[in-house]
Amino acid sequence: MTKPKKPILRVENICKILGGKEILKSVSLSLNKGELKVLIGPSGAGKSTLLQCINFLIPPDKGRVWLEETEIQNRKKRDLYAFRQQVGMIFQDFNLFDHLNALENVAIALRKVKKMSRQAARDHAVAELERVGLGDKITLYPAELSGGQKQRVSIARALAMEPKIMLLDEPTSALDPELIGEVLSVIRDLAQGGMTMILATHQIGFTRSLADEVLFMENGRIIEQGSPKDLLSPDACSRSWDFCSRLNELHEEGV
Amino acid sequence: MLDALTAIFEALPYLLKGAIATSGIVIGAMGLGLVMGVHMAVGQVYGNRAVRWFVGLYVWFFRGVPVLVLLFLFYFGLFAIVGLNLSAFTASILVLGMTTAAYQSQIFRGAILSLPKGQLQAARALGMSDIKAIISIILPQALRFSIPGWSNEYSIILKDSALAFVLGTSEIMARSHFVASRTYHHLPLYITAGCLYFLLTWIGVRALLKLEAKVRIPGYSQ
Amino acid sequence: MDTIFFTDQLIPALNRGLVMSIKLIIPSGLIGLMLGIVIGTLRTFGHSAVRKAANGYATLFRGTPLVVQLFLLYFGLPNLGIYLDAYTAAVVGFILCSGAYHSEYIRGSLLSIKKGQFLAAQSMGFSTFKTMCSIIVPQAVRRALPGCGNEIIYLIKYSSLAYIITCIELTGEGKMIATRTFRYTEVFMVIGFYYLVLVTMASFVLQKLEVRLKIPGFGKA
Ligand SMILES: Nc1ncnc2c1ncn2[C@@H]1O[C@H](COP(=O)(O)OP(=O)(O)OP(=O)(O)O)[C@@H](O)[C@H]1O
Ligand SMILES: [Mg+2]
Repeated sequence: MTKPKKPILRVENICKILGGKEILKSVSLSLNKGELKVLIGPSGAGKSTLLQCINFLIPPDKGRVWLEETEIQNRKKRDLYAFRQQVGMIFQDFNLFDHLNALENVAIALRKVKKMSRQAARDHAVAELERVGLGDKITLYPAELSGGQKQRVSIARALAMEPKIMLLDEPTSALDPELIGEVLSVIRDLAQGGMTMILATHQIGFTRSLADEVLFMENGRIIEQGSPKDLLSPDACSRSWDFCSRLNELHEEGV
Repeated sequence: MLDALTAIFEALPYLLKGAIATSGIVIGAMGLGLVMGVHMAVGQVYGNRAVRWFVGLYVWFFRGVPVLVLLFLFYFGLFAIVGLNLSAFTASILVLGMTTAAYQSQIFRGAILSLPKGQLQAARALGMSDIKAIISIILPQALRFSIPGWSNEYSIILKDSALAFVLGTSEIMARSHFVASRTYHHLPLYITAGCLYFLLTWIGVRALLKLEAKVRIPGYSQ
Repeated sequence: MDTIFFTDQLIPALNRGLVMSIKLIIPSGLIGLMLGIVIGTLRTFGHSAVRKAANGYATLFRGTPLVVQLFLLYFGLPNLGIYLDAYTAAVVGFILCSGAYHSEYIRGSLLSIKKGQFLAAQSMGFSTFKTMCSIIVPQAVRRALPGCGNEIIYLIKYSSLAYIITCIELTGEGKMIATRTFRYTEVFMVIGFYYLVLVTMASFVLQKLEVRLKIPGFGKA
């Protein structure tokens, strides 16, 4: 696979101490345009913390972040808000705005942050919801949606901002097994459409078929990284393979 | 400053007697409210249409009229009309009791309605009469769940009892007002009164928390 | 029953009192609610010293009877050389007291908003201010509405205490007539009716508002 050389996102030496514990120990990574990198690792490894540090939802103690050659100055609020608009984030537990229906969930940031007109925001939101297969659910509130539908709304919400990259934090792990497929297929479409993404997940089959690179994280460090072929095969003798094979014993995977 | 402290110190035994009267009013009213409230709640949930309508009207009236107006209405008006000649103390208990009954009935009603339907059915299936099932199956559960609401109601009635002084009941408020207007140490005396109410609230709420823990059924909560 | 007593004496006096009651209720209700929102927010998000102070205020005013508070303001403050007229003392007392109760509901509603709601908004580039306006407040309002509404109803009833510190409103006007004519039952029945109408109307409006703002997943099923 040939990809353009210049990284779109560069993260260097992120460190974070929470509750007196070193959660991230100098983590670095870079991401080229159109790449899908998958972050795997045991619970508590620091995957969520890393993803949230990248867009400064958790301000890192140390470390630097560049988006397309510009370093993000998280001191400057205005720059930070502008940066976050270009980085879509998907949460494990969806975090849809509970007081807004599906359509308004997608439209609100367009109106309030991007200053689009009500009508334009609405049209755009409808299009995004149709793209994730929810064109017929736009007036339903989060309390009326299934988990899979909620996660798809939240993906539409992030996509509507037309982000340059997306950070997905275990988007399927709060879902019932039969609902995982519908969300993964949306993510697959995104990957195939050339969206640049970092995805934290335990879905090994999905990783194997779509990831450009696997980052294995443990104890706040990326300890292995490489192509899925190299890391996730029995003869790799990698920690990643070890971890994944144990996962697979626990539950048979769909995708 | 010093004479303010002296004033408080001298008035304290007198005010503490008022605290006993206040406690009497509150305990009496809460007891009356409990008895009436349980009956009204059961009536409202299981009763026929007339009973439900009557309880609804009662609750609407007592929750919609200020305690102060109720005190005047009953003490100077209605009690006399029905030929009752009551002391201000007794009248205060009755009026506050009837008021809290309206609120308590809604606490108990909510608790009864929150119990699973199967409880009553299971009791009936064992051959219990409805009355027996309500007394020995429904209420023991509902009353447990009502303690937090009841504790809240206690602190409301305690504060409302301060209004009994308008009838001349010699409780904390009346006594502190009496001393204050004679010594002109209004500020220190009302602060002392406030502290006494605060203390009584605290004691009652603590006691009810203890009670709640004591009657708790392991693993059973809402 | 002589209707003249009602039409010529009682009703005009009570209507006069009603105007005064409304003059007490409306500013106290509005400012009390605003105070409650500020205090409730400080109790939830304030720094530790601010939070302690705000909690202390709420505990104090919720733990003591409103009469005591009114007496302190009206009879007590002159000991410090501060003189409030009866109306001002009543309004200040109502504001401080209802603010404390409102703050409790506001705090509860703010605490019930999950952290993820902030995170999601921030992740899309909302500023803190915009997050507050578009996400937090609309949710908090819905969660706090039943409690705060109830508090407004309480305020309507407890506005009757103003008469005790000589601010003559509905109850006060009635009490004077009752004392003069000894017709306690009729007079206080009619006063009770006035309050019932006020309270019922307020509950109706609040219910309408709750229905209007109702969203699946918020409030009672
Ligand atoms: N605010 C905090 N204070 C203290 N410790 C925290 C805090 N947030 C996270 N941690 C700790 O940081 C570690 C990493 O958490 P993180 O959520 O990043 O792990 P994760 O890899 O995403 O795990 P999972 O797969 O369970 O989501 C955990 O041990 C967690 O307990
Ligand atoms: Mg995580």
